[in-house]
Amino acid sequence: MLLALLLIPLVTAIAVAAAPEKQARALALCGTLVGLLLSIVIAVQFNYQDAGLMQMPMSIAWYDTFGLNLSLGIDSISLVLILLTTFLLPLTILGSFTAVTQRAKEFFAWLCILEAAMLGVFAARDLIVFYVCFEFTLIPMYFLIAVYGSANRAKASIWFFLYTFTGSIITLAGLVYVAWAYQMSPEGTGNWTFDIATLTAFCSEHMTAAQQGWVLLALCCGFAVKVPLFPVHTWLPLAHTEAPTAGSVVLAAVLLKLGTYGLFRFAVPMCPLAITTYAPLLAVLCIIGILYGALICWVQTDVKKLIAYSSVSHLGFCVLGLIALTSIGISGSVAYMINHGLSTGALFLCIGMIYERYHTRAMDDYSGLAKVMPVWATFTVFFILSSVGLPGLNGFIGEFLCLVGTFISGDGANPGTLGPMYAAIAGFGMILAAIYLLYLAGRVLFGPLKLPDTHHHGHDDKGDDHAAPTLPQDLTGREVLVLVPIAVACIVLGVKPGVLLAPIAAPIEQMVSAVSEAHTRHAALLIDGAPPGLPPAEDDEAALASAEPMSRDIDTTDNRPSELGRKEGLGQ
Amino acid sequence: MMTDRIASLWPEIVLFITLSIVILLGLSPQAQWRRLTHWITGLGLAIALLLSLYAPEVTGLPVPALAQFIKPAACIMGLLLLLGMSAVDDRLETRLAQGLKFDPLLTTRGEFLAFFLLSLIGLMLCTSATDLIWLFLALELTSLPTYVMVASSRMKNVGHEAAVKYFFLGALSAAIFLYGFALLYGATGSLHLDEIRAALVAQYEETGSVSVLGLMGVILSVVGISFKIAAVPMHFYTADVYEGAATPVSAFLAFVPKTAGFVSIMLLGGMIVGLGEDGQTWPEAFRVLLWVIAVVTMTVGNTMALLQSSVKRILAYSSIAHSGYVLIGIIAGPGLWAAGTGAAADSSILTSNGFGAVVFYLLAYGVMNLGAFLVLACLHDPERHQDLESLDDLSGISRRHPWLAGAMAVCSLSLLGLPPLIGFFGKLYLFSAGVSAGEIPLVVIAGLNSAISAWYYLKLAGLPWLGQPSAVTDRLVPTPYLGRPAAAFLSAVGVLVLMVAGAPIMRAGSEATACDWGGAASVAATTPSPIEAADQRQSMLPPDDIDP
Repeated sequence: MLLALLLIPLVTAIAVAAAPEKQARALALCGTLVGLLLSIVIAVQFNYQDAGLMQMPMSIAWYDTFGLNLSLGIDSISLVLILLTTFLLPLTILGSFTAVTQRAKEFFAWLCILEAAMLGVFAARDLIVFYVCFEFTLIPMYFLIAVYGSANRAKASIWFFLYTFTGSIITLAGLVYVAWAYQMSPEGTGNWTFDIATLTAFCSEHMTAAQQGWVLLALCCGFAVKVPLFPVHTWLPLAHTEAPTAGSVVLAAVLLKLGTYGLFRFAVPMCPLAITTYAPLLAVLCIIGILYGALICWVQTDVKKLIAYSSVSHLGFCVLGLIALTSIGISGSVAYMINHGLSTGALFLCIGMIYERYHTRAMDDYSGLAKVMPVWATFTVFFILSSVGLPGLNGFIGEFLCLVGTFISGDGANPGTLGPMYAAIAGFGMILAAIYLLYLAGRVLFGPLKLPDTHHHGHDDKGDDHAAPTLPQDLTGREVLVLVPIAVACIVLGVKPGVLLAPIAAPIEQMVSAVSEAHTRHAALLIDGAPPGLPPAEDDEAALASAEPMSRDIDTTDNRPSELGRKEGLGQ
Repeated sequence: MMTDRIASLWPEIVLFITLSIVILLGLSPQAQWRRLTHWITGLGLAIALLLSLYAPEVTGLPVPALAQFIKPAACIMGLLLLLGMSAVDDRLETRLAQGLKFDPLLTTRGEFLAFFLLSLIGLMLCTSATDLIWLFLALELTSLPTYVMVASSRMKNVGHEAAVKYFFLGALSAAIFLYGFALLYGATGSLHLDEIRAALVAQYEETGSVSVLGLMGVILSVVGISFKIAAVPMHFYTADVYEGAATPVSAFLAFVPKTAGFVSIMLLGGMIVGLGEDGQTWPEAFRVLLWVIAVVTMTVGNTMALLQSSVKRILAYSSIAHSGYVLIGIIAGPGLWAAGTGAAADSSILTSNGFGAVVFYLLAYGVMNLGAFLVLACLHDPERHQDLESLDDLSGISRRHPWLAGAMAVCSLSLLGLPPLIGFFGKLYLFSAGVSAGEIPLVVIAGLNSAISAWYYLKLAGLPWLGQPSAVTDRLVPTPYLGRPAAAFLSAVGVLVLMVAGAPIMRAGSEATACDWGGAASVAATTPSPIEAADQRQSMLPPDDIDP
């Protein structure tokens, strides 16, 4: 089933590349819709009772010398991200029907390949399969930016590639190091494996805090670039601005989530000791990202760049919630991944729609668009509000949970090393977000009407304006059709967040308890020295106290899902 | 034993017979006879391939199974190269086409193919060297024909200039490694590899370290041989020679002498492997030397490649960089094969085997690099009378030659090591062998180097698709020799096939380099006796599983 899910976009890509130019877009749309249907079937068949287990496992031997298998499987976190991907891709393709006029076949083929790679990342149960897919997203994205982007596309695509490639090579070194340490250990008995569950269990249980620190550093090199966290975010605004609309949407909505997903899937469970030690450091980077990104947004005059920097700011929240290491924070973080994907993806689509009409991204060129494009304006305001975090819409729930999770992190009853100060400072980011996004809305949507000259191309040199005259001033039915499903999803997730939060609770609980267990074990090992990976407060007793109730809780209610998960992973 | 040796040399003998026929046929005044030379060469290679696949296992070699991997690999690469070399040497044919009379002095085709085969024979002989004289002769047999091939491949002064440079540096390197051989003889009193090993082991057991003279011998030999693998500091010729030679010949240079060089380094390294201070794999001086050479080689290769505008020069520097990566495998050493620790299971023995990573990577590199070079040879610029050369020429070729552009993209992304192409698995093997040997900083440096190389490989992969066609691009015509595109596509397909099904080859490579390296196991105190080690090896190697 999962393999079919990966193969459908690939087959579609081949079909699209082989089909005549006219049928390409319809074919791509159909293929991705089939993917969506299949993912819905998977979601229906998914057993939510054991949401924390890897389900629908499959495995094919690949490079067996390395114990490397093409093995796939999903838990509920993977599931929601897969749904996000398959949900957005058909809409993105539908949204670019008229935007891409040259080499359209390749464009849709690349989008389909990109989808396959992203799905592979979320469904991988083997480190190398994960890494292969993670890296392979670069190639389609590189071509999407380099061929279909705007003026500065060559630089943007190269930066994008080099930045992420460099980072992830170091990540690979870290992962190979873990696999090597595993096969050297008594547990591994000399067998190489790249099974994620096995290595995660090994790394968290048998590596010292210092070793975990190195692993964490290596992992962060790749994932932080992808997220992107503060000092390594500079590729993002460039890539976003230059990418075509579809590229920006996929980049913001799903590709950035590969980084947070990586942190979620590897960094935290593999290095529970190290992550607690370094969480404050990472949190500082997140907060700098949140505030700095927001401040840059405030002075931005390029609409796309504004949304791009808002991603830097928003994903800061996401990572902050994750490294708070409380189940509330992590739930918030996962919810944030989905919500940011929906709202920011939709915002990029909206911007793409006016860009397609007027070929400029400068805010100064627009004013009072609400007068002439009421439908577009309604959607845009809606998604801006969802992005700001208006209660009742989806953005609110993730942001709120992340901040609450950070706030209660390390308060004695909860694990983690962050605290109220971090939440308070990060909270300013929410205010700033409201300021810059509403400022954007005010400048572009309201005020005296000002439309850019249609023959003025701004920064654009591609001259693909022959598509523009065919579009009416306000949105076409097709464009409405693109935005409505996202808007519905935003409302549903905003009003009834349980739809999302209930299934993801089990794996998160499991992870939090695994982190606590690791600390308990570590504390037991170092009973007479202050363990380096623990919160500074009154050390062992506090940590034990905080860890024990939770693990006992898991023991009785969930039948030790972490153990089960590991056994299941080993069995494959 | 002598008959054994001869039985193992049948592939070489067949190739030698082939080359004798080819050199005579090439002189024939009849065009159809001359045309036959290619087919006969191909036939000879195919027979040699079959023979090498079913060659009997020979005892008495330092690394008995090495030939079983390298020889078939050499034959397969030889066939691909032969396809790509079609009509490198068409001087006579062009003269005849112009209506001039047949002149036997101008026939280069037969000679060219004969030299091509001789060089391959040299490579194959390297694998079965038992003494230093044999090794020296085999190495020179690999190199000497290449000088002629470079000179005669292109009727231009650049070709001759490249050949002269290549020859003088080659002679210098031969002098250096001969000096090293002489020192080894002086230190041990023998030319026979087994006896040298035994003498060095005896010294080691007496004093706890390898004698300075013996160590110097090995080091000098390896430095000399680093010419063959184009490693710093013997790399200076590479860019000029690769640029000067005809493109298919450059591809040949990047595989055959390089593989011969690495095989010899493995054999010579086998003299001192496991004899490091405190039971290390290598004596510290040797390890540090290789470490520095590897780091400098990959860094120089990659940074210089960034600055080039000629694709052939880029690929030449990339070839230097790749030698640096492969040296990681040498530094990692034969891993647990040498240490002979019994506890480790099958997969870790294979994966920690750096020498296995070396031979696997050489094959993978040979295929992907051949593809990249031959794509250049497929397009001809009639105005400048040369094949596609600069980056500008490459720009936008996908409009008119999408398949060639596709092959280029596959091969150069594989050279970059982008997963899931075969270059990635090759690097993964090398790097995990490096990590197993505790060389984590080295692996990180290599990783960063891969990131640097992304810049120029992306250019190679992307320019055909993204660039605007230039005036040159528009006047490029496909080469009339169909063998070249065929070989280029076969290489690209090979990259993809190996990606899916490379596991048996990786295993074969690892098993090919498996041996106890002349009793290395007997040196370390904790290791089992040679008999036990042999038993373990028996149990580890399923006899029917060897599939080179």
